[in-house]
Amino acid sequence: MKNRTGWLAESLSIALSAALAAALTAAPAAAENIKRGGILTYMIPADAPPSLDGHKENTYATLHATAPFYSTLIAINPDNPSSSTDFVCDLCTEMPKATDDGKTYTFKIRKGVKFHDGTPLTAADVATSWQYIVHPPKGVSSARESYMVMVDTVESPDPETVVFKLKFATSAFLPALADPFAYIYKKETLEKDPTWYEKNILGSGPFKFVAYETGQSIKGVRNPDYYHEGQPYLDGFTAIFAAKQSVRVDAIRADRAATEFRGMPPSARDELVKELGDKITVQTSDWNCVNLLTPNQKKKPFDDVRVRRAMALAIDPWKGAPALSKIATVHTVGGLVFPGSPLAATKEELQKIVGFGPDIEKSRAEAKKLLEEAGAAGLKFELMNRNVDQPYKFVATWAIDEWSKIGLKVTQRVLPTGPFYDALRSGSFEVAVEFNCQNMVNPLLDVAKVLPRSVYPENYGGYEDPKLIEIYNSMLRETDPAKQRAKMREFETYALDTQVDTIMTPWWSRIITHRSYMKGWKISPSHYLNLNLANIWLDK
Amino acid sequence: MYRYILNRLLLSIPTLIGAAALVFILMRLIPGDICVVRLGSGGSINPTAVANCHAQLGLDRSLVLQFFDFIVGFARGDFGTSMWSGKPVSQEIATRIPVSLEIALLATLVAVLIAIPLGTISALHQNSWLDHIVRTVAIAGIATPSFWLGIMSILVVLEVSHLAFGAPWMPPIDYVSLWDDPLRNLSIVILPAITIGYRYSAVTMRMTRSAMLEVLREDYIRTARAKGLFEHIVVNRHALQNALLPVVTLIGIEFAFLIGGLVVTEQVFNLNGIGRLFVLAVQNQDYTLTQALVMLTVAIFVVTNLAVDVLYAWLDPRIRFG
Amino acid sequence: MTVLAQDALALRRSWLDTAFAFSRRQPLGTFGLVVVVVAAIAGLSAEWIAPYSPTANDFAAMTEPPSAAHWLGTDQFGRDLLSRIIYGARTALIIGFVSAFVGGFAGLVLGVGSAYFGGVIDLVLQRVMDVLMAFPLIIMALAVVAIFGTGVQNVIVAITVPLVPRCARVVRASALSIREVPYIDAARTCGFGHARIILRHMVPNVVAPFLIMLTAFVGQAILAEASLSYLGLGVQEPTPAWGLMLQGGAEEYASTAPWIAIFPGLAIALTVFGFSLFGDALRDAIDPKLRDR
Repeated sequence: MKNRTGWLAESLSIALSAALAAALTAAPAAAENIKRGGILTYMIPADAPPSLDGHKENTYATLHATAPFYSTLIAINPDNPSSSTDFVCDLCTEMPKATDDGKTYTFKIRKGVKFHDGTPLTAADVATSWQYIVHPPKGVSSARESYMVMVDTVESPDPETVVFKLKFATSAFLPALADPFAYIYKKETLEKDPTWYEKNILGSGPFKFVAYETGQSIKGVRNPDYYHEGQPYLDGFTAIFAAKQSVRVDAIRADRAATEFRGMPPSARDELVKELGDKITVQTSDWNCVNLLTPNQKKKPFDDVRVRRAMALAIDPWKGAPALSKIATVHTVGGLVFPGSPLAATKEELQKIVGFGPDIEKSRAEAKKLLEEAGAAGLKFELMNRNVDQPYKFVATWAIDEWSKIGLKVTQRVLPTGPFYDALRSGSFEVAVEFNCQNMVNPLLDVAKVLPRSVYPENYGGYEDPKLIEIYNSMLRETDPAKQRAKMREFETYALDTQVDTIMTPWWSRIITHRSYMKGWKISPSHYLNLNLANIWLDK
Repeated sequence: MYRYILNRLLLSIPTLIGAAALVFILMRLIPGDICVVRLGSGGSINPTAVANCHAQLGLDRSLVLQFFDFIVGFARGDFGTSMWSGKPVSQEIATRIPVSLEIALLATLVAVLIAIPLGTISALHQNSWLDHIVRTVAIAGIATPSFWLGIMSILVVLEVSHLAFGAPWMPPIDYVSLWDDPLRNLSIVILPAITIGYRYSAVTMRMTRSAMLEVLREDYIRTARAKGLFEHIVVNRHALQNALLPVVTLIGIEFAFLIGGLVVTEQVFNLNGIGRLFVLAVQNQDYTLTQALVMLTVAIFVVTNLAVDVLYAWLDPRIRFG
Repeated sequence: MTVLAQDALALRRSWLDTAFAFSRRQPLGTFGLVVVVVAAIAGLSAEWIAPYSPTANDFAAMTEPPSAAHWLGTDQFGRDLLSRIIYGARTALIIGFVSAFVGGFAGLVLGVGSAYFGGVIDLVLQRVMDVLMAFPLIIMALAVVAIFGTGVQNVIVAITVPLVPRCARVVRASALSIREVPYIDAARTCGFGHARIILRHMVPNVVAPFLIMLTAFVGQAILAEASLSYLGLGVQEPTPAWGLMLQGGAEEYASTAPWIAIFPGLAIALTVFGFSLFGDALRDAIDPKLRDR
């Protein structure tokens, strides 16, 4: 018979070894099996980007082509990319705590980082790059200037420190700072020729630039001096521009490329899975993109809130989303806020908003009544849309069908990109299919889309509303999470239910189908994140 | 002869200027703004950025000035810089010509090698079942939309290779030039060349057939046969040589129209050629690039027409320059 | 039998005989004519023969293969392909005929006028025709669509433009050959007006190649619409048009639901095929040089 001490010792040793085993397996077990080497071939679902300068451009074509060459100050954690609060340092040493009532952030920059031409990268480079983003000098454009309105100054008091001083404390700062387009450029080059980066690449990222054939492909090779130990695992990469979706699907099918980083429609996913079985891996996530049906309130009868309300009531997203998700890249029903975010409405909260009600027949009956009251029964109008299939045209076709059920006769007017934007900005449309796509999940900034044009230049609803601005501003400056959430509900209800400034459609769904030998990459809600390829390795 | 050529070249100047004016006006009538397209893909546009962009691209100058710049530049051979990428237009075009040219030449080769023999045989056996089959195949080639043919051919290749070899095969999606890797290059261009070549050869086949039919009715053919000459000498030495005149001119004219076919085919096969550049330039409202491409197209057209007319007249002694 | 009845019988037999003789001599042409007639019937009576509405979405029956309920299957919105193809015949034929006729007549007028008046008018018109012929269709189409909007009528405008110079050129060549003939000068000397001379003497002589060209034009117009729709510059949703059906969804579903791509393409090919065959047979019948001995 074992005495007590013996039993205790035994159980302790079992517990200890179990803990040890757990610790060993919990540590990146993948780290043991990671294979170095290989070239990753992926596709960029676009034609050639206008320029290679991340500061000036907004298109994912630029990002997908150039992100592997550059470093940023901070980034969303590539191992947890669907979080909107988990930031990790890229060039900094650790995430700082805000000081001075949340208005000052002091970053320490790593030592020993080099640009690909061998010159050292210091805090001066970081500070200058950010200055050009936040307060670009005259004649230089920065596409993210409006996101950084909270920043007052960016300084580098010494070669290892960068200090951001804000005008007011806000939780929207860090997400904006993690913008994937915020490449760190060389200070000398920026100051000498701010347009140099439009056609040239010189970064400090995991890959060094090799070649760029316009409209064809861009190639990179491993940076042996990369400051993150062990990374990148790949020897190099080739990114091929492939604007046609069928080409992309066929290429993955025939293993001409491993993946693309934007998103595939459900039909492609089904086809590839059926054909390739376990040679293909599918990762899915909600996408921080959504289509909005925006009536132009400068045109009658859309200035009548009853008409807008009726239009919202006619649509049944609860039944529409599952059906649409089979053929289009949409999935989750949500309000103004990205569905995965803590600030998003719950289903119960949503169902109180017009257009999300649980009883569609009742809603539609009410809609017809409202139309009669407003004298707009049987109204005919044009829905203006972009000439893009996924999911724009699908969503529009569905919406038109829904509206027909309350007697509205809607036709679609599809325009190429240029004329579409033109018509939007000049207000020559009745109802338009807009979109709200953001690089990061940053709900406080993302919902600014519905603010009136006087505050947010890219609003096309044609309305003015000081109360909406007021609610927004108080929400932006609110730092207590619970109070902030309450303010968001107030904002959302006012914009979507009281004023019906826009009508939501189901949020997009991102489906990435990649060859199973590509490992280490995790999907995120944005096709702008996690693209520097540093953590990818090939299991073949 | 030289006076004729000079005359035609002089006459082509108003054509070129007319085309220049037309594309200039049309492009600027299209609502929209390249700067907005370029900066607006995220949904948020900075008005200062747009203004900067306008100034940078010279879009804030008067229209007359812009047109003048364009014409003068074209006359000097300077096509300006692409508004979308900032690179010189000539460079943009030069990088993309090899693919398109290769496909065009291959398609022509396919057309000539297949069409002329088939058209001749068809004419020799007019209204026989062989004739009917050839004519049907030819008309099918003209009737089938080339992009649909392209889509179907990719699909068929994928499915067949999957069935035959267990793994689906498609040509590589990144282009290599003929000199670097001939086999790989050919595997990329062969399907598009056949897709365009089918229509091209169909038209040529029909023209060969009708030209041969006309020639075969001529008296001198009857005489040649009466003399007891072997049929193949009658056909090759006497009939074909004369029938080939209109065929050659047709091949020349259709070559100029190939660019239109390339526009769609390069979309289907995702090839980085002139046709696709055209679509991009127009969609992006890149004025300089579009203008240059249109002028290039019109110039090719004018030159090809002239060459064909001269060739025709030179080969056929009966024609005089009236 | 009475004489009248005998005559009637003989007449009917002779009609049938002619028809049979034609079809035996021109089997392809007959086939073409049949195709054209079928397409025309489909287009004219679409409301009666189409089993479903071409624009009715049915999210419960998306991308279904051909079955008893849907003879040609459904597309990604659950719309019945057969109905869309039938209604598409209407759009195709409208675009085809209107473009061909408008383009053809414009070309006829310009070609004959150019040939008849000669001189500076001829020179200027020829240059204009050159520009229009060399000008890429895609730009014309995009400009028309962007400025005037989408819609069948604007697509027709875009497609008609390249047809005019082609017609004008052929007509002008034919008309030129007649212009030199002495009786034209004689007619002028007699004091006949331009219009009368043109209409009475020149036009009838160019009618034969003109008619043949018209049949070719209808086919070309249908193909042009298909190409434009494929590039996104043609007719737009939800108008059922064959070219539009091949855009977007068709390629996306080419491997999983090939019927979405196959049938509209076949419809286009078959219709253009029919028109071409018919045009060929017409030419063989009219053009004495090509008749059998």
